[in-house]
Amino acid sequence: MSLGAFKAFWANVAGKEEQIGCDAVSRMLTVYPQTKTYFSHWKDLRPGSAPVKKHGATVMTAVTDAVSKIDDLTGGLLSLSELHAFTLRVDPANFKVLAHNLLVVLATVFPNDFTPEVHVAMDKFLAAVARALSEKYR
Amino acid sequence: MVVWTDFERTAIQDIFSKIDYAVVGQAAFSRCLIVYPWTQRYFGGFGNLYNAAAITSNPRVASHGKVIMEALEKAVKDMNNIKATYAELSALHSEKLQVDPDNFMLLGHCLTIVVASQLSKAFTPEVHAAFQKFLAVVVSSLRKQYY
Repeated sequence: MSLGAFKAFWANVAGKEEQIGCDAVSRMLTVYPQTKTYFSHWKDLRPGSAPVKKHGATVMTAVTDAVSKIDDLTGGLLSLSELHAFTLRVDPANFKVLAHNLLVVLATVFPNDFTPEVHVAMDKFLAAVARALSEKYR
Repeated sequence: MVVWTDFERTAIQDIFSKIDYAVVGQAAFSRCLIVYPWTQRYFGGFGNLYNAAAITSNPRVASHGKVIMEALEKAVKDMNNIKATYAELSALHSEKLQVDPDNFMLLGHCLTIVVASQLSKAFTPEVHAAFQKFLAVVVSSLRKQYY
């Protein structure tokens, strides 16, 4: 899929970041409860709660930023990688988990536009983002 | 033994009663071949799988997708005995087809995404969790006869 087509699909997300991000994080915490261990400092881990909504928006803003840095994800996500490696210490296996849940949400929100071609491009992109986030771990 | 809550049981049975096996099977299986192209290694006899368009219009892919859904229905019909239901299929995948069992969840992911796009808002996080649990049990049962 061409980069243009990929970015064109991602443009659909504009304005829906909070909704999509919130749904993705909600699903991750519900469907893969082991991920809740990273959020024990939140008062409310239920789907759609305030901290979940806020974090969903944070994540989506970062993913949209990564789309703009697609030609140099390692460089562009350097400080985020350091954050996840040294401060948050998230097991990198979880990046795949959140990525899958984001794809599920995109399928529910854009059932007609989330074609197999978009799906593979998105999966590949999120895997590349995960790799870039894992850079500083060791 | 797997313990299903009433909610989980109902959610799974509801999903399978709502979906068209031919449509969902074709969509999920073709996505698996497109998104995870290495899975094509098991389908050398299926003809043209050269690109997404070819895979999507391939009649053998479509009919095999339906076969997969019908096999999943067996588990839905007897949710307390999924391991026993799939003993033979597990041996088949291990000994004859020699499928790397890590591939099972790849198909599971694609099926989740297709079901999500079909059910939309009805595929809530709780229903999604029930479906994921079902898929995990199916995959675990299919892995059982590998040695």
